Amino acid sequence: MTDLHRHPAPWFAALGLIPFALGDYSLTVAAYVAIAAIACLGLVLLTGVTGLISFGQAAFVGIGAYATAWATTSWGLSPWVTLPLALVVTGLSAAVIGAATLHMGGHYLGLATLAWGISVYYLLGNLPWFGSFNGLSGIPPLDIAGFELRSGPALYAVCLAALGLSLWLVANFLDSRLGRAVRAIRHGVALPESFGANVIVLKVLVFVIAACLAGLAGWLYAHVQRFVNPTPFGLHTGIEYLFMTVIGGAGSIWGAVIGAVVVTVSKQWLQSVLPGLFGQAGNFEIVVFGAAMLLVLHHAREGIWPHLAKLLPGRRAVPASVAALPSPPRTIDAGRTLLQVEGAVRRFGGLVAVNGLSFTLRQGEILGLLGPNGAGKSTMFNLISGLLPPTAGQITLDGRRIDGLAPRHMVGLGLARSFQHVKLVGSMTLAENVALGAYGQGGCGVWATLLRLNRAEEARVMAHALRQLARVGLGDQAHERADALPLGSQRVLEIARALAANPRLLLLDEPAAGLRHHEKRALGDLLVQLRREGVTILLVEHDMDFVMRLADRLVVMRFGEKLAEGTAATVRRDPAVLEAYLGAA
Amino acid sequence: MDWMIAALLTQDGLSTGAIYVLLAVSLVLVFAVTRVVNVAQGEFVAFAALTVAQLQDGRLPGITFMVLGGGVLAMTMEVLARRSGAGLWRPALLYLGLPAALSAGAWAASSWSAPYGVVLVLTVALVTVLGPIVYRVAFQPIASASALTLLIAAIALHFVLTGLGLYFFGPEGVRTPALVDGGFEVAGMPVAFQPLLVIALSGLAMLALYLFSGFTLAGKALRAVALHRRGALLMGIATDRAGGQAFALAALIGALSGVLIGPMVTIYYDSGFLLGLKGFVGAIVGALSLYPTAAVGALLVGMIEAFGSFWASAYKEVVVFTLILPVLLWRWFASPVHEDAHD
Amino acid sequence: MKLLQAEDLVVRYGRATALDRVSVMLDQGEIVTVIGANGAGKTTLLTALMGLHPLAGGRIVLPSHPRAAASVVARVEAGFVLVPETRDLFGAMTVEDNLRLGAYVRRREPVAGTLAEIFALFPRLAERRGQEAATLSGGERQMLALGRALMSRPRVLMLDEPSLGLAPLIVREIFAIIASLRERGVSVMLVEQNARAALAVADRAYVLESGRLALSGPAAEVARNPQVIDSYLGAQAAA
Repeated sequence: MTDLHRHPAPWFAALGLIPFALGDYSLTVAAYVAIAAIACLGLVLLTGVTGLISFGQAAFVGIGAYATAWATTSWGLSPWVTLPLALVVTGLSAAVIGAATLHMGGHYLGLATLAWGISVYYLLGNLPWFGSFNGLSGIPPLDIAGFELRSGPALYAVCLAALGLSLWLVANFLDSRLGRAVRAIRHGVALPESFGANVIVLKVLVFVIAACLAGLAGWLYAHVQRFVNPTPFGLHTGIEYLFMTVIGGAGSIWGAVIGAVVVTVSKQWLQSVLPGLFGQAGNFEIVVFGAAMLLVLHHAREGIWPHLAKLLPGRRAVPASVAALPSPPRTIDAGRTLLQVEGAVRRFGGLVAVNGLSFTLRQGEILGLLGPNGAGKSTMFNLISGLLPPTAGQITLDGRRIDGLAPRHMVGLGLARSFQHVKLVGSMTLAENVALGAYGQGGCGVWATLLRLNRAEEARVMAHALRQLARVGLGDQAHERADALPLGSQRVLEIARALAANPRLLLLDEPAAGLRHHEKRALGDLLVQLRREGVTILLVEHDMDFVMRLADRLVVMRFGEKLAEGTAATVRRDPAVLEAYLGAA
Repeated sequence: MDWMIAALLTQDGLSTGAIYVLLAVSLVLVFAVTRVVNVAQGEFVAFAALTVAQLQDGRLPGITFMVLGGGVLAMTMEVLARRSGAGLWRPALLYLGLPAALSAGAWAASSWSAPYGVVLVLTVALVTVLGPIVYRVAFQPIASASALTLLIAAIALHFVLTGLGLYFFGPEGVRTPALVDGGFEVAGMPVAFQPLLVIALSGLAMLALYLFSGFTLAGKALRAVALHRRGALLMGIATDRAGGQAFALAALIGALSGVLIGPMVTIYYDSGFLLGLKGFVGAIVGALSLYPTAAVGALLVGMIEAFGSFWASAYKEVVVFTLILPVLLWRWFASPVHEDAHD
Repeated sequence: MKLLQAEDLVVRYGRATALDRVSVMLDQGEIVTVIGANGAGKTTLLTALMGLHPLAGGRIVLPSHPRAAASVVARVEAGFVLVPETRDLFGAMTVEDNLRLGAYVRRREPVAGTLAEIFALFPRLAERRGQEAATLSGGERQMLALGRALMSRPRVLMLDEPSLGLAPLIVREIFAIIASLRERGVSVMLVEQNARAALAVADRAYVLESGRLALSGPAAEVARNPQVIDSYLGAQAAA
């Protein structure tokens, strides 16, 4: 997502029309480029956007290709019927494999994709109904109203249309509630859970969509080539697709196209030039490919597209203003107990981080949880926010027990939090980051998202986000990238995101840490303002000075236990607090 | 199946398993120190076997060009990375001096048929020197990237090495002469010396590695780099060199494996990948960090493969690789903390 | 003689400026402390001085060993050692192995004598010499980190928050040892949140606020400064 709207689509459309002016050979190559681009598009969504590595995309292309090959040759079905069949088969395989493996991340996931990629390849090559390593031939061509598509231009046109459709669908997905949530997954599990997303379900969803794109590519392949064998669906190709995507630029849908074009064209060129230079057929293309990949990893991990994109002209979009989601009426029922912590205990093996802590939080107040480093306040915070279950004790929110509930349920119960180490999606705008907080309030499902039927909901969510930004004083930077903000504003942005969830209780984790003097003052003013609007705040902090001016009441912790509780004035004079906190000599 | 066949299969399974143990152990070592899952480890094995074959044939082995060319590339990168010329003698020796000397030795050995012992020593030395070169060129520039990025780099490296392998070694497969011939009989069942030698040498290599990392300061320093890279740096341990050292050790072990497996299995320029992956299954059983468990896992792979190929040879790969998945899952859920996988 | 001189250091993390033209120095035989609130930039200062983090501006000079500023390893070999806030112990290795690795830069000499000295200084470590470092308590870990740093016989010891997370009794022990380092010929730069203890043991002090140097001078004077008293020393309930 860029803050300038550059509209690359017309340029790529023009690029796509070029092969029609070239000969039949180029049209065939172009068709295969388009097919590879569709597979890579799936990887952009999976790897570039969501951060889930996969070397097995070629295996799904193979499943799609074999599904249609077998259905058309053995059952005589029309290719247009086998298209949904191929997609269903691929989607289901992906759902099963994804549910089994997507709990993992990082290199574990990468290795898992290598493993099932190889297994599928050997399966396809060994099952006797699929012709073993000889494959299936005699696949019928596509036909439209009796007219068979066999010629270069006709086949390329179909592939190009399929690519265009895929780009549209994926672009729609990315520009939506689901698209934003999926971007947040890339940065870890804590952020999406904090706004209520079910991470594993979303991961499997993206995995299935990517697999279906691969299935489409496979279906096209089968009806263009009219012959399938396992070789093009092996691990080598799977790795190639990933490399293509990274080289092109895994962060953008256009990167998939660029990667497919650059790598395929280079390979063709190298295959014609290198044998002349080196005599015989050494497999030099893959040497060059591997070396190119290493260079990209060392020097330009974002790929080619971001550099190309800067060359395109663009202008800032001026978003229209729309009526926002109605905010629920705020009844300030001040004084009522909102949160109650009773005898909370948390042990880590032999270490007792929280040792029988009890306190209450009343509606409409700001409560500060203080203590020196190692006092246990972060652990207590995590017990409340659901990141850790307590070893003993109870935590109740508005009469309902919340201890032990998973973090993603907290938003629905009215609890929203910020993070000590700011977790923002740097590449998204401020408004988009704040819109994440409203994730739980949107309802549009996958189909509505893919087909762009969610525009009304999107407009309402964005207006709601803009209103939160205005509320915290960041309204005029709504369409800038989040990573351009200084730390103080990033902290405030996180608060805006939490506010977008219309919480009853705001949990803030050391929001003043690392802020400069004037930033702390601005933050303090904001919190006081929010209290005036009826927001209840639990604040974990280290900076006594900052909290003393803000909080209605304080709870001071030490070695996991409550050292003192009361108003700022009371606590400040407490001798035990002075001795422990302000430095014993 | 009678127990004679079972005994033969066991012998087979244990000796290929012993090779997988060596592979698994080098994968664990390299991952621990550099966080690289070195899918190119198998190339060290394959190249060693192919080099032995080429030397025996009286040909200049293709690997000399790889170490010479790679050495020049590594040295260039080293010079560009430093601002001063201080201390350049060490990389010059490692990346230029050693490759040149060993290549000269290889040329001599191929021109005047050298005895098999000399061939083996030269081969192991040549492959070993490839290790730090490969680390310098492919991984040192991104040493602090995530394990995922390093995995992708390892795959890219594998592509480069395989492609070069085809060019320098040709597409034919080789079998090298056995280190020891003959055998004896136990209760009417033939037991060959070669597999026993493989198992014994594999055990010795494991012991040496264990002693090195537990009882020498250099070994402890490598362990320290693996445990806490910044902490090791603050002790004055050159963590960059540690990566090169780990790869040198891994290449040495790989070379030994290649020399041992050459007589038992036909090796092609691209056999390395599957060998590496099978060693990897063992390594992942050991969570990429525990040597004894990795060794047991690797032996199991050897046994499963031997018995599997007797019953259903076509599907043996499917079985082995599908088995990785539950092991990966088990290890993922068993390990306490995961780094966020992007960078 | 000046051992360490840093002028106008500027350090950035992405867009945030962690250090803004900070100048500090350390003479031989001194104990210098840098105090300030959480997030003021104290840890960044030490990591920058150690060469762990690149400078966006300014320079670091080590007059006694001009080439030591080239790299972290060169600094350690020249006798400039850092004990970071996170201690960076090798948890899976024994206490003794951790200490021996502390003497890595002296690996060509025998270190048995130094090892004995460190065990004499920290008897608790001697009792636990064969235990894994991860099983030690917080105070023992701090002692191990300090002992490990002393194994290399450093000229300059940089300590990042040695009192962090420790009970007052242990803090007293640690600071007594820090005070005695002078006699061992070690010059110390001490970063601390516990301003009272730090100012009591130091010769000179710097006060860091939001990445900038707010105050510097002899420790006793800084301790009497009213703003420092207000921000860092609290109401004097007991001396």
